[in-house]
Formats: sequence, structure tokens, C-alpha cells
Amino acid sequence: MRRTAPEETQLSYSPMIAAIRFGYGLSPDIAPPADPQALLAGLRAPDMVAKTYPLPSLVQAVDGARALREARAMEKMAGDRSRQDRVRAARLALRGAQARAFVSQLQRAVHAPDGFRERLQYFWANHFTVAAKGPAMALLPYAFAEEAIRPHLAGHFADMLKAATTHPAMLIYLDQNSSVGPNSRAARRADAAHKRKFGLNENLARELLELHTLGVGAPYTQTDVRQFAKLLTGLGFNSEGGFVFRPGRAEPGAETVLGRRYGGEEPARLTDIYAALDDIAAHPATAQHLSRELAVHFVSDQPDPDMVAAMSAAFQRSDGHLPTVYAEMLAHPAAWAPIGPGAKARQPWDFIAASLRGLGTPPETLAGFDPGRVQRFLALPLKLMGQPWLQPSGPDGWHEDASAWITPQGLAARIGWAMKAGRFADGDLPDPREFVQTALAEAASPTLITAARRAESKAEGVGLILASADFNRR
Amino acid sequence: MRDTSSSQNSRRAFLQASALIGCSAAAWPLMTHVTLASAPGEDRLVVIILRGAMDGLDVVRPVGDRAWAALRGPSLNGNAPPLMLNDFFALHPALGDLMPLWQAGELGFAHAVATPYRNKRSHFDGQDILEAGTGLDVPDLRVRDGWLNRMLQSVPGIAAQTAFAVGRDELKVIEGRAPYRSWAPDTRLVLSQQSRQLLEQVYHDDPLFRDAGDEAMDLADQLGDDRAMSPQMMRKAANRADQAAALAKFAAERMQQETRIAAFSISGWDSHRAQSGVLRRQLSGLSQAMLALKSGLGPLWKRTTVLAVTEFGRTARENGTGGTDHGTGGAMLMAGGAIRGGRVYGKWPGLDEADLYQRRDLMPTADVRLYPAWAMRVMYGLDRNVLQDKVFPGLDMGDDPRILL
Repeated sequence: MRRTAPEETQLSYSPMIAAIRFGYGLSPDIAPPADPQALLAGLRAPDMVAKTYPLPSLVQAVDGARALREARAMEKMAGDRSRQDRVRAARLALRGAQARAFVSQLQRAVHAPDGFRERLQYFWANHFTVAAKGPAMALLPYAFAEEAIRPHLAGHFADMLKAATTHPAMLIYLDQNSSVGPNSRAARRADAAHKRKFGLNENLARELLELHTLGVGAPYTQTDVRQFAKLLTGLGFNSEGGFVFRPGRAEPGAETVLGRRYGGEEPARLTDIYAALDDIAAHPATAQHLSRELAVHFVSDQPDPDMVAAMSAAFQRSDGHLPTVYAEMLAHPAAWAPIGPGAKARQPWDFIAASLRGLGTPPETLAGFDPGRVQRFLALPLKLMGQPWLQPSGPDGWHEDASAWITPQGLAARIGWAMKAGRFADGDLPDPREFVQTALAEAASPTLITAARRAESKAEGVGLILASADFNRR
Repeated sequence: MRDTSSSQNSRRAFLQASALIGCSAAAWPLMTHVTLASAPGEDRLVVIILRGAMDGLDVVRPVGDRAWAALRGPSLNGNAPPLMLNDFFALHPALGDLMPLWQAGELGFAHAVATPYRNKRSHFDGQDILEAGTGLDVPDLRVRDGWLNRMLQSVPGIAAQTAFAVGRDELKVIEGRAPYRSWAPDTRLVLSQQSRQLLEQVYHDDPLFRDAGDEAMDLADQLGDDRAMSPQMMRKAANRADQAAALAKFAAERMQQETRIAAFSISGWDSHRAQSGVLRRQLSGLSQAMLALKSGLGPLWKRTTVLAVTEFGRTARENGTGGTDHGTGGAMLMAGGAIRGGRVYGKWPGLDEADLYQRRDLMPTADVRLYPAWAMRVMYGLDRNVLQDKVFPGLDMGDDPRILL
């Protein structure tokens, strides 16, 4: 049986669809979630994979960056090349840590019992995109996802918003750490001393309203952006990378954002920024924008408006309680539409993770990769598929449309990688006739089942299955 | 230099003749066996989308404006001496390698231009409007085709190879129902005959995969080199610095063959902080891309027009962090042997506070769509009404700025 038209049957929960659409796919070792409650319960369960596969903390990310910066400074000071080995060592250490972090993140996707949590982390980390500005900061996005995003996946959106907005990775990525109130004490002092001029930077204020909360269609103006940029002054971090609020850099006076006044105390208070973030998080436009984004990411490039409306209502009713919104999505029949032409395309990261999960790649295989292999077998292929990992071209993150990914050049890269994916198998390559069942179960079309049987070798058969439209849709 | 009148006449005659066979070609978007000489004439058009909002004021500096000096400090302008273009405008020093082109009349600019997009200053809506070529200041959701694609729809006898999207970025400006090809220079695909046939079967029922798969296998046959990619090639493909030039080189190779229209994008122009470093890097990439086009096209450079456009300009004033924030009016670059370069087109609005748009941004004095519209009118003989109603809805083309020779 295959791809029954939606109008013929009542769409309802399917463990296979749950694993593929809301997780990282089927696995020979891990059973798919039995019902929607199991999907949601996974979010409340202890976060075991995070312990097994740790990611760098902010402190480690900052240490790595500092080691490289100091080595470079010493090289400069020495004026010759005698310190080169130190720079090289710092760079190698960073490269190693970066490869380990990449592998840890991938292991979680491949081995997590609850793929939904991993997919949610991917979604929210992309919603709040941060990218490294330069090789020294390569570990920051990992620390950001781990510290600002992951603890709030099953909490309230306002808490995630506050954590993301104040995390040093975000403050650096959208330039907030260097934005200073033009009339603040710090700016006046610098002026008096004829030091470099301090002033505002609108970057975070604008993207927070446009991308992180209200959405670009919402009724906010350039004046709101400017006022909000003034309100956000003072957010920064110390030399250890810890978040600090510096009232001396804050613009004095109250600011009006979306018709409400905030601040005006002397010295300025962080709580006024939090109050504004709480109000913006609770705005109906935010509920609508986030609900639509979730539905677009998980369910369909053109989501059912009825589903989005139900999620948006749940968001407002629950004060932005995210599991309530997820539950509304999972309860909607449109969430269980069959997988086939017109469904979402797996993004390259999802495609690679689901391939390894389907192959049952043992943890030791990935753990044994040196940085060169991580680069050659995983990171570069991702880039060729159109997804240079953690380096999206702008703060709007990755595209969602299937057509943005399934291009001739992008598909060619997927096919090329799939044909070599045998290197990730657990021991011998699986028999393609069995693998098509393991990886796709009833999502495999009769055409694919027949084609898998006719491949000339196991490697080509497995490659064909992974490269197929059936496997690349979710 | 070419004789405009006669080449236009022969092109019209050609287009009329090809209209007779054109409908079957248009009905089959992935047709690859058309006589590829049936492309629209010999002129080449390259469109480069600069994503992230290039600061036109920094690239083409209005040093002759009395308000200029007070707007930007030394941290932005750097210490390198400006390259005077004329007695009013100076070129960013990072574009120094392009000065010979300027002197030869093969490089020009249009200043104080903008799309109809105003006020929200979102990169992503701004780029959508730039690439859709629409006339409203909000994205028109009914328009899904890019303006290059609508132009292709208006020219009969277009073959798939006529237009090429180069690189891995989504490129809405060329997307749409007219045929075009899409490939990245570093893509390889090596398959056994059996795998290829089986893949064709498993993609057959999913149109998105079927079309992309057919294209991929065809293009790999035609363009690729059948060696699998070596680790060294993969590393090179991942190197950001060479990317713009690599895209340009590939585009030039295609245009040596049947391709007449190519598009690619360069991102990374968003310079909120430490702009001098950002622009030095970006402009060096852009400059290398222009030079790669020139050298790759050889004698065809004479018939080539390159237009580089961005979603909007940036604030007239430097911000508090050695950069600039999102603005409105900006600049467009044009290059090629077919253009009347060596000049900065447009009406200069002035930089006094009262002259600025919302006392903040360079005031746009012209619709940026004007320039590609007139370029396409001259190059492809497209009717003015088609350009104003279909390709760039809502545009008033006004008088010919005569950017082409």
C-alpha cells in the first residue's frame, strides 16, 4: 500500500511518520514513538544523550578563542616566526574541538531515543541563528544551542527568547555587545577623552523583531527598531565570556517600543529589557509567526492555515508554553499526511543524520573520525549539498522550501554521498532488500523496492535507497 | 563597438522567425536537444545579486558633497588614498584592480538607486522584491517568478542552456517557468549505467526529484569531468575566498558556449560593524569576479553587460560600531565591453540632513529596475510595454539612460 490520498482516509498518528517527520528517521536499533504522548514525554525525560555526547560550553568556546588570539598576539609581538608553532597548536586544538563538537551533535541525532528533542533543538537554534564570525569563534554556536536553546525546548518561549538574546554568541553575531547608548556615561567619557566614538548598532533590535518574534509583516516601524536598539544597550559580556549588564553603556531615559514605555531608571536596569522581551514574546503576532514557522519546518512548506491557527491559539492560551503548541501540531490531522511527492524535503543535515540512523552506524565509527575525515566525509559533503554547517548566509538561517534544496547541484551531491555511505555501515553493508524496509518501512514505494532489488551491488543498492525521493522526503 | 541599429534589426528578424518554433520549446522546460545556437542573439548578460545590502556610499564615495566628510569617520574610510573617478566621486580602494576598466569605459555605476521597497529595511523582503522585480514596497506573493525569468518568458526560442544560475545559493531572480539551468562549478556526479537507470526510475514519480535528477545527470555528462572529486578539489570548493571568482569563471565558460544570460550571488555585505574590513574582503571578491568574467569571456567581453545589484543601501551616517545600519538608496555596478562606462549615472540627491530619506538614508532618485530594463530593451529588443507591465510591473522606464553603447 502507498500514499493513500488524504480525502480517502482519516489521517491519524503513525509511528513511522512520527519517526521520519518529527525525528531523524527510522533505525534498526531504536523503536519509533508509539503515540503522540510518547513524542511529548521524550521532552520531559532526562536528557541522556546530552550527557553521553557533550558539546562545548561557553567557557570552553571562549578559552579556545582566547588561546588562538593570544598566540597570534605573541606571534605579532615576537615580530618573527618563532611563535608560529604556538599559533599552529592553538589552531589545531580548535579544529579538533570543532570536529568533536560536530560529531557529538551528529551522534545525538543518530542515537537519541527521542529524535523529536534533537529536531526541536535544530529548529530553534536555526530560528535564533548565530554563526561564528571567524575561525576563533567556531565553538560558540554549539555553546549557544546547548545553553540558550536546549534547556528551554519544553519551556516557555519567553524564557528561550531571554536566554538567546543575552547569550554572548548572539550578542557577538548581531553586534549588540558593541552597541552603546550615544548619551550613556561610557560614550560621554570616551568623547571627553577623545577616544573612539561609541554609538548605537541596530542589528539585533531589528532582527529580534523581524525574525525572532513578531515577523516582518507585523505592524512595527523603524522608530520601534531604533527605540528598541536604545533599550537593548548595556547587554554585554565579560572577559570570561559571561553575560553582564552594564548600566553605564545604556542609553539614559525611557524608550517606547510597540506603544509601551520601558526603562527610564537611573541607573538602567536589566529587568526593563526583560519586561520588553516578555511583552514581545506574548504579542499575538509572535504567536502567529512562531506557529507558522514550526508548521512549515515540521509539516509542510505550505502548512494548513487551520493547523497554524490552532497552534497560535494554543500559544496565546498557554502563555507561550511550547509543549502545548507542539501538542496542538501533533493533534492536527495535517501532521499525519502521507510522505510522498509534495512533502517536505529533508535538509542536508537531516539527510545525513537519517542515513546514519538508518544504517545503524555505531557510535565508535563516528567517534573514531579524525578532523580530516569529519571534514571529508561529513562537513564538505554538507556544504556541497548547500548547507555549510553553522554558516548560513544570514540571520534568517536555512531555507525551508524543498525546491531550495533539491536542485540539480544539491541532488548531485546527495547522490554522490549516498553511493559512498557504505563506509558508515555497522560491519557489512546491509542487503538492500532489507535496508529499504529498515530505513523506510511503509514509506517505501513499490518502484523503490523493485529498484533496490535490481542494483548491481550492495553499495549501489544502499546508495540508491538513500538517494531516492522516498528517503529524501519527510 | 557594435552598430546598434543593424544588430537590433537582425535580432528582431531572428526572434520573429524563432517564434514559429518557439512554443514547443517553451512547453518542455528541460529540453536539452534544441539547436543551442537558437539563443537570443550574441549579447551576454550577467546579473550578480549582492546579498546583505552593499553600502553604495562607501563603494562609490561622494567625496565632492559638502556633507560627506561629517558623515563618515576615518575608521570607515581607512587610510588608503581614494581613487578619484571624477571630481565628485571616488572609488573604494579595494576596487583598485578595476580602475583600468573604468578608464576603458568598461566600468560604471548608477547611484542613489533603490527598488520600490521602503521603510521596513528587512534584508529578506528586500532581496525578494529585488529579485521578483515587482513594483510594490511589500513582497507580492502572487509573483513567484524572478524578473530574469519573466524576461526569458517574453523572448521566444529560449533553450534550457540560454540562461544559467550558477552556484549553490537559491537564486529567485532567475527562477520561474521559463527554462534555465542551474549548476555549481565544483559539482561532480559519477554513476554506473545501471545506477543511473535505477535512479531515473525511482525519481520518476516525484516531479521535483525527477527534474533535478535529469538535469544533474545531463549536466554532469556535458560539463563534468567524470573523475570523482578529490579531497583537494573538495577543500578548494569549500574555500570562501575563491568562490566569487570561481562562479564567474564558470559563468564565463558557459557563455563561451550557448549560454547568453547568467546569474549568481555573492553574500556577506551586511556591515553593521568594522565595515572597512568587511568591504575590503567583499570588494576584493567582487573585483576578482569581474576580472574573471573579462578574462574568461575574451573577445566576447565586448558583447557583455554585467549588472551587480543589492537589496538596499545603508545609513548615510556611520553608526556607533564602525559600520552602517540598513538604509534605502544605494549604488549599482555595471561592467562589460557593451556598456558606456566611465561615468556615474543618476541624479545626485545631496547628503545634507534635509536631503536624506527620513533624515537617515541616501534618498533614492531612481528606480534601480530602470537600468536592467533599458539594458534588456536594447540587448533583446523587448517591447517597452512588456518590460513595464510584465518583467518589471509598475516601472516607468522614462527616458533611456543610454548605459549601453
